Amino acid sequence: MLDLHGRRTFPAFLVVFLGPAIVCYTLFMMYPLVESLVLSFFSVQPDNSYVFSGFANFVKLFTDSDMAPRFWGALKNNLFFFFIHMLVQNPIGLLLASLLVTKGKGRGFYRTVLFMPTVLSVVIIGFIWQLILNPLWGVAESMMRIVGLGKFFQPWLGLPEYALPTTALISVWQFIGIPMILFYTALIGIPDELIEAAVVDGCTESQVFWRIKFPLILPTIGIVSVLTFVGNFNAFDLIYTMKGALAGPSYSTDIMGTLFYRTFFGQQLQLGNPSMGATVATMMFLIILIGVLLYMFLFQRRVKTYQL
Amino acid sequence: MKFDNIKDVRRLRFRGLFQHIVLIFFSLIALFPIALIIMNSFKLKKYIFAAPFALPNAKTFSLIGYETVLQRSNLIINFENSIIVTVVSLFFILFFGSMAAFALSGYKFRGNAFLGFYLSIGIMIPIRLGTVSLLKLMSSLGLVNTLIGLILIYIAQGLPLTIFILTSFMSQIPDELKDAGRIDGASEYRIYSLVLPLVKPAIGAIGIFTMIPIWNDLWFPLIVAPSARTATITLGVQQFLGQYVSDWNAVLSALVLAMVPILILYLIFSRQMIRSVTAGAIKA
Repeated sequence: MLDLHGRRTFPAFLVVFLGPAIVCYTLFMMYPLVESLVLSFFSVQPDNSYVFSGFANFVKLFTDSDMAPRFWGALKNNLFFFFIHMLVQNPIGLLLASLLVTKGKGRGFYRTVLFMPTVLSVVIIGFIWQLILNPLWGVAESMMRIVGLGKFFQPWLGLPEYALPTTALISVWQFIGIPMILFYTALIGIPDELIEAAVVDGCTESQVFWRIKFPLILPTIGIVSVLTFVGNFNAFDLIYTMKGALAGPSYSTDIMGTLFYRTFFGQQLQLGNPSMGATVATMMFLIILIGVLLYMFLFQRRVKTYQL
Repeated sequence: MKFDNIKDVRRLRFRGLFQHIVLIFFSLIALFPIALIIMNSFKLKKYIFAAPFALPNAKTFSLIGYETVLQRSNLIINFENSIIVTVVSLFFILFFGSMAAFALSGYKFRGNAFLGFYLSIGIMIPIRLGTVSLLKLMSSLGLVNTLIGLILIYIAQGLPLTIFILTSFMSQIPDELKDAGRIDGASEYRIYSLVLPLVKPAIGAIGIFTMIPIWNDLWFPLIVAPSARTATITLGVQQFLGQYVSDWNAVLSALVLAMVPILILYLIFSRQMIRSVTAGAIKA
């Protein structure tokens, strides 16, 4: 604000309005985030004090014969987890959204039903699918038998080569509602006149989609991708619920979130280590940062060229 | 559009049918697992295995699972904890968030843009990454295994997006409205209380979208407040299921009890929720 002499001032009521939010956010979010980054350059001594150790924690994480395979394994698994979401969740989300914007009966009902799994807790979803895929109960097997695929059933969650794709697809099943709603929002925002004009000009349906709708929803594709990326590299609950902190069988479902938890709190015989935990968190931070910057670089500029 | 011949009409009708089939197919995939669990939670164990796809009837009906859950679990306490944590966090997120958004949208002051940027960092960077020092902080404040500790974390987590969205809604309110109030001698606090009702729909939508992740969170209850006294419903169910994993009746009933409140809430508010998302996006 400007005072009588044209100088900028900071009136007391602004402190009242902004104070609580800034204090809370700084103290319980930004400070822990920054301190956590700092901690990754320290090592914990036996007497619980911290000593500066430069990049030693990172070197250990990347090269130690116990830690490195876990870190690279979790990173690889997490990338795979992300690609499954990009290849299955987001295209199906877009398909469902483009069906929901068509005029017809029951669209509101379908929308409500399709979004339903998204509001439930990951813990519940994880257990539900664990039960369904459990060979003891045999629900999945008998359903596959009905469509003639019975002999392909396997206890996927227990097999190292199938456990990760299975958990990824369960996560897709749960969160399909998010890309669906975001794409739906983008699609209903496209003016009808635009589509009608194209149809009058003789555009076929696929041309209308690829030449008009697709470029217009490109910003949403960017947002959906970055949200998927951040969500996936922050995931933990589903793997922890279905496979425990050890992310079995033989670490095949281990992702960054479970690695972070184990490193921080320890597992079985190995003690937890706060500064190594902070080091894993710093790596997660860097990975997420790269994703967000890539999004800003690729999409924030493009948006302008396609804006109406 | 005009349809000149019968072929076009037929093609459109076929397409409508095809759209329904795809939507029904995916709706069934979404509903089936949930329905299956609810159905079987009301059956005797024998029939859960013998006829998992059948609805419960007089012969197969049983509430044994629910009895076990209510006797053996802390689910009632867990529910109370979840309700306290969610409601209190939500109240402060909306209260602090709307005040900050009011200041950021209504006044030009030194550092306005910087504060907006500073507060928006938290939208993309998950608070979980600060867990190591957050736990240190909580233990030095004596807030480990307290609901207050959880509430403070959730307030910090919920503020960035709330402030971001409310700022964009509040900046659409015409200045004349506020100036009229000022001419009448209203204080800035009074003007805030006049602006608040104008963004009620946005506050409602943010409320619902902020509430769900808090209610469903497993990470912070597990790390900051894992004691039996402070466990929230998500953690409580997770622990109960782990313990009673071989008691199918109890497991199914616990799952149903944990999901029913949020499902009811969702079914009541789903229309508003989705409408507010789409309305917000069109405006932006």
